[in-house]
Amino acid sequence: MGFDPELAEIRFGCGLSPGLSPVGSVQQMLAQLQGPDHMAARFPIATSDDILTSVRSFHRLRKQNRRQRGTPEAAQADQAFNRFRRAHLQQRHLWFRQLVLRHVLTEDCFRERLTLFWADHFTALGKGRALRPLVYGFVESAIRPNITGRFEDLLIAAITSPLMLHYLDQARSRGPNSPQAQRQGGRGGLNENLAREVLELHTLGSDGPYDQADVGQLSELFTGLSYRIDKGFVFDERLAEPGAEKVLGQSYGGLGPDLEPVLQVLRDLARHPATAHHLAWKLAVHFTSDQPNPELVSDLSAAYQDSGGDLLQVYAALLNHDLAWEPELGNVKPPFDFMVSTCRALGVDPAYLAEWQPKQVQRVFIAPMRLMGQAWQSPLGPDGWEEEDSAWITPQGLSARLRWAMAAPARLMGALPDPGRFAGQCLGTRANSRLRFVASAAETRAEAIGLVLSSPAFQRR
Amino acid sequence: MAISRRTLLTRSGLLGCCLAASPLVTPLSLASAPWDRRLVVIILRGGMDGLDVIRPYGDRDFAALRPGLAKDTGIDLDGFFAMHPELAPLRPLWQQEELGFVQAVSTPYRDKRSHFDGQDLLEAGTMGLGAQRDGWLNRLLQLQSGQTERTAFAIGQGEMRILHGAAPVADWSPDADLTLSPQAERLAGLIMQEDPLFAVALREALDLSHSDAADPAAGEGGGNAGPDMGGGMMAMPRLSRGRAHLKLAEFAAEQLRGDTRIASFSLNGWDTHSRQKRSIGAALRRLGESILALKQGVGPEIWQKTAIVAMTEFGRTVRENGTGGTDHGTGGAMVLAGGAIRGGRVYGQWPGLTEAALYDRRDLMPTGDVRAVAAWIMRAMTGTGQSDLEQNVFPGLQMGQDPGFLR
Repeated sequence: MGFDPELAEIRFGCGLSPGLSPVGSVQQMLAQLQGPDHMAARFPIATSDDILTSVRSFHRLRKQNRRQRGTPEAAQADQAFNRFRRAHLQQRHLWFRQLVLRHVLTEDCFRERLTLFWADHFTALGKGRALRPLVYGFVESAIRPNITGRFEDLLIAAITSPLMLHYLDQARSRGPNSPQAQRQGGRGGLNENLAREVLELHTLGSDGPYDQADVGQLSELFTGLSYRIDKGFVFDERLAEPGAEKVLGQSYGGLGPDLEPVLQVLRDLARHPATAHHLAWKLAVHFTSDQPNPELVSDLSAAYQDSGGDLLQVYAALLNHDLAWEPELGNVKPPFDFMVSTCRALGVDPAYLAEWQPKQVQRVFIAPMRLMGQAWQSPLGPDGWEEEDSAWITPQGLSARLRWAMAAPARLMGALPDPGRFAGQCLGTRANSRLRFVASAAETRAEAIGLVLSSPAFQRR
Repeated sequence: MAISRRTLLTRSGLLGCCLAASPLVTPLSLASAPWDRRLVVIILRGGMDGLDVIRPYGDRDFAALRPGLAKDTGIDLDGFFAMHPELAPLRPLWQQEELGFVQAVSTPYRDKRSHFDGQDLLEAGTMGLGAQRDGWLNRLLQLQSGQTERTAFAIGQGEMRILHGAAPVADWSPDADLTLSPQAERLAGLIMQEDPLFAVALREALDLSHSDAADPAAGEGGGNAGPDMGGGMMAMPRLSRGRAHLKLAEFAAEQLRGDTRIASFSLNGWDTHSRQKRSIGAALRRLGESILALKQGVGPEIWQKTAIVAMTEFGRTVRENGTGGTDHGTGGAMVLAGGAIRGGRVYGQWPGLTEAALYDRRDLMPTGDVRAVAAWIMRAMTGTGQSDLEQNVFPGLQMGQDPGFLR
């Protein structure tokens, strides 16, 4: 066992495509990762700063609109605000389209998969309409450029991103003895949300060696991390709790309000062996199986620790591991991955897709994905999407997949391909005789394509 | 109907012994439910204006705070409260004491008044945000034994965090109905037969779908079915509009007639910042129709064992705003209905509407916790112990005195 080009596309990529030949070797996969990000350049998505500019206009128009309530200009202001709000929210669908195109055309598939993986690891979302589109910028600016470096840099980029500070209530958290608390007293105060999730989800893991005291101390250390809509990340000294804090037995800060001790604790947490194990486990689950082989996990963890958290070394360890290439397909693709691998398998014409309007994107992708159980960019909590196959293949989830598989291809391309050939094209050597029989026995071409796409052989990877 | 479909699939011969022997299949129909009463929790998303739904017209400050909204009194209930005129279809339930309300209640959520956080806390059932990821109905289930796959149902497209967690919960949206031609159904069974996860989900999906198009009996000769048998031009899965709430309620009722003991779904459209008269009217019509559809759907016998609890993330400002609406507030109201409910009364301790009695001088002061209402109802319905409810289901809750919400 070991590298297999077809499996590389299916398990570590976005699925097989009729127009693209599979990647040739592990070395090539790793070299592509270290090379330029062609897809990001070809199908751009707004950065965090771009979107914050749009958020600023959103706030300004909303304020104007509220101020003019009851005046003769109210209707006009109302209209202007509504128009802007619609465009502000709909631009997300155009970025989604870019994302689909990246998955359809890339030959550097592992990069797309890793981006999704880390975006989920650092789940964050905008609460309220103004900030809802910011997720795209967060992934584009904080996650995607940092997936091949050291984990500590990725961690710092994610934690200091305005969206994360907003989502986990850090931006307004203030130390009980901070200058602002002293001046104002009263409501508000320390918020432990981000500190808890950093320990539990982002670094050490829920079974990691920390307790509530560490959470409390880390949340005091985090005070000051904030953002402004017009400036992005700021360290706001007025919110910072004075004095040193002790996290996992180590003392940080104490020399006045400063960002450096915060960065230091993040680096130390990133290098902790518990973090190595936690991330190794998550990668192994995501790329191999809900119950990964412990040997694979410990080898990934060792690669992480030996390299000081160099993610590229961990990916190399994963791709060079025999246990990562078990020929039997394992995990069920989440709905997004199922949809984009379908587009890729169909060889959807990028020029056609590039002209899709928000409404089409909403109808063909976003709405059905919700029925499949993945409300795009809106998981229930900061722990992101489920990894368990059983979370996706519920009666409702499977029904939505089947229906989409039968209905969507006709909207994604003009003429549907020959089902038999299509089975070979999207399943490769896994298109067994039963699948070919099903493809030939269906009453309509749409049903045949839909059944091939719904088969466990296409749903799993 | 359910049985015939299952029989069809196993009999068709295409589904081999693998599925029939799967341990996942058998418990479904055999295990019995842990209790007999039915609980329906409806999440009213957007912040229902409790003061417009259950109007305290007897409070002397009320009319001045709501010059437009309270112009007509509504349907008098008890000489102090009146219900919104759009709830008129529920009047018979009130008269039969199968409809009640709780006034001036809230979750522990305060001050920020964000829908997002407010709903999260309502469904998490905790004191503060981020304390627990699962929902309180799921934690109730975690304490029980003897559940089947369908003991609890999350219904509809939206995520129901309230049921999210370690205990198994069925989910289904009537929009997910799977209508396949008999041939496609057989072929789908064939490609999934060797993968138990897929095979079981497919069988359940077909079971739950009301496919009027495909007559199960036609399945035996599936290969000869004509090309216009339905599956050819499959409709894209999407949210159905207009009557969607009725489909949710009807589906819930059907499940509650069977093994299901807990069902939960959402009704949206309560965020009434402007022209509230119109928007809350439509939302209340949907709520009323849903309650009546549940009553009709479960039938008289099960209705006597049913309690419907409708709750929202927060109430709204006591003062009407400049655009004929109300803004996000704190204290709100709950709607209780069902044959198991001791209705015909408005529960809760009325705090008054004088400036000093308000929360933050703008919102109705909450005098009770929505979680305590839910806890007492679950206590009576499921026999769950008070300490379990106060420590596990709603950590940190003090249930206080039992108001006796159930008959």
